[in-house]
Formats: sequence, structure tokens, C-alpha cells
Amino acid sequence: MIVAERKPMAEIIEMVKDCSRVLVLACRGCVTVCSAGGEREAAALASLIRLGMKKQGKTIQIIEGSLVRQCDKEYIDAIDAWNGQYDAIVSTACGVGVNFIANLRKDTMVYPALNTSFFGGSAEQGVWTEQCAGCGNCVLHLTGGLCPVARCAKSLMNGPCGGSVGGRCEINKNTECIWQSIHDRLGSFDRQSQMETIAPIRDWSTAGHGGPRKTVRTDLTIS
Amino acid sequence: MSFEPKITLFSCHYASQQSCAEKGKELQQLGFPATITLVRVPCTGKVQVTTLLQAFEDGADGVYVVGCPVDGCHNIKGSVRAAKRVAAVKKALEELDVESGRIEMFHLPRGLHPEFVAAGVAMDKKIRALGPSPFQS
Ligand code: SF4
Ligand code: SF4
Repeated sequence: MIVAERKPMAEIIEMVKDCSRVLVLACRGCVTVCSAGGEREAAALASLIRLGMKKQGKTIQIIEGSLVRQCDKEYIDAIDAWNGQYDAIVSTACGVGVNFIANLRKDTMVYPALNTSFFGGSAEQGVWTEQCAGCGNCVLHLTGGLCPVARCAKSLMNGPCGGSVGGRCEINKNTECIWQSIHDRLGSFDRQSQMETIAPIRDWSTAGHGGPRKTVRTDLTIS
Repeated sequence: MSFEPKITLFSCHYASQQSCAEKGKELQQLGFPATITLVRVPCTGKVQVTTLLQAFEDGADGVYVVGCPVDGCHNIKGSVRAAKRVAAVKKALEELDVESGRIEMFHLPRGLHPEFVAAGVAMDKKIRALGPSPFQS
């Protein structure tokens, strides 16, 4: 899922300071699962915005809404139910959701309530960890299922580097050296010799270095 | 003009049992401040961040939660969850540049005991010192 966290309140209050009516729009997708922007968090945010504005001597009217997802055109259409009732939307979706609203509603001002952080999973309750960077050219079949792009601080393709000590990364002793883990995991399948094959210099164009990415499935498109 | 604070207390049945003693008179006789409005909940683990924020929206100058001892909660983890939510609201208050001491968590034993009254007296004193809520328009 996409993992995110709420922006500092001062930043959010600054966004809405000139609004008198705001639609706080939750997303019931990834950000509900990572407890950053679901209906519960949006309700708390609405309360904090009202309090923050009150502190500045202003009142703000807040409508709370939510969409199944904010990253699909069909669901964005549901925003029309609140037409004319707000000056701006504060979206608690990830950056994808905010972009989608901006793409599809040219007359609507939309602000992000979250900082979108990474693609990750829930390691334990209340803890999320980055696992994939969406590089567009997956190498997990070569690395025992552990991602060197997202989980190696240097995104090395031929790790580990010389800074790996005792299974820990040189940038931070609390960070696992993923290349040590790749070695150990391949070893447990008696495949550590795979690491002797030098990975070629990578073409990062699939990873966004070639500009914004797009996937087209002609078997699914209508026109 | 003297300031009479409005303080909202959320307490579980177990920690606030004495509020029912002697038809509710016992607490007053023991010196429990009249500035405190007690909201009894089945378990403090039921108190959400939004519940606590709503109390401030409703005009509370201070809010506190009294739940069972950390290692002796009737519902095992209820009061620990409440403490985490109080901590989340403290952080949010700081983000709004408001004193985080306007909300507190207390873990107290169940039944009739002086700590329940002492916590109320301490909150009343603290909120009087902090003054009116900055959320009053
Ligand atoms: S808008 Fe973002 S958070 Fe919501 S479902 Fe889509 S990708 Fe997930
Ligand atoms: S190699 Fe690329 S696609 Fe595969 S897990 Fe890592 S970042 Fe994601």
C-alpha cells in the first residue's frame, strides 16, 4: 500500500486560512489501512482545523466526506454531491488522489493533508516499512525477493558496499543491510553464487528518470 | 474577573466508582473541584482522539482521562490505548501552538481512594494557571 502521514497542523492551517467552508475528503483506500487519511483520521483533522482556525479568531465550516478511492475517475465523480458547498478540498488521500482531483476538477482548489511517504507494508501494528520503490524493472527474482532499490540506502545493484558491518547499514546502525540479508537468504537456498554475477549498469528510465510514467493496456481501453 | 475553568474528565467505571458513592455527594465532600465535569465511559480505551478534541471544541479549558493502572486495566489494554490517544492530542495541541498540559492522562486504582480527588485538584490548579482555552472565540 501507499504509506503516508499527516502534515504538521501549522502547514494545513496556512493552506485553509482564507477559506470559510472546506470539504475534508477522506480516502477509504491505502491511507485508511495505514491510519493516515481514512474517515477516522479525517474527522480528527476536521476538528483540529476548526480548533486551529478558532485560535486565530476565525470560524470555518467543515463538511466531512469520503470516497472509496481518490485515484479513479469514477470515484472522483462522486465529489459532485458537495458542489457549491465548499471553497476548497483538503484531501487526506495520498498525492495520487490530490493530483486526480486537480486533474479532473479544474475549478476546484485542492490541498494535501498528508505527506505521501512510500510503498510499504505493516511490519507490526503501528509500524510501516518501505519495501518497493516502483522502479518499473523488478529484480526480485535475482535478489531472493528482497528489494535493493528501496531497501539499500544507495540502491546498489551489486552490493553490499564496503560500509556493511555485521548486517547493518553504514548510514544508520538501526537499518538492516539488505545486501547482507540478500546474501543470507540466497545462501539458505544454496544460491549465494548468484551474487557473483555482475549486474549490468541499469537503465533507470523505467524508474521515472525518463519522465512521468504511464501504463496503457489496450486489451482494457475502450476507445 | 476571576477565571473559573471548564474541565472535562473522561473516566472508566472502574476508576471513577466513587463518583456514585453516597449518591454522588461523596466526591464533593472530599473536595473534588466543581469545575470538573465527569463523563463516565465503559472503558477509557473507548475514548477516541475525536472525543478528546470535541471536548475542546465544546469549550473545555482542560481535559483529562482517568483509567485503570497500566498493568491492571479491567479490559487489559484500554487505559494504555487511552494514554496513547492523549499523547496524540498533546502532540496535535503543540502543533497548534497550544500548551500540551491542557490534556493529561492518569492511571489510578479502582474504588474509593484519595488519588482520584488529588488528580482533579491538580488539574484544576494547572488549568487555572494556564488560563482560558485559546480556542474560545
Ligand atoms: S487515492 Fe491514494 S491512498 Fe487512496 S486508494 Fe488511491 S492510491 Fe490509495
Ligand atoms: S526491484 Fe523495483 S519493482 Fe522490484 S521491489 Fe524493488 S523497486 Fe519494486
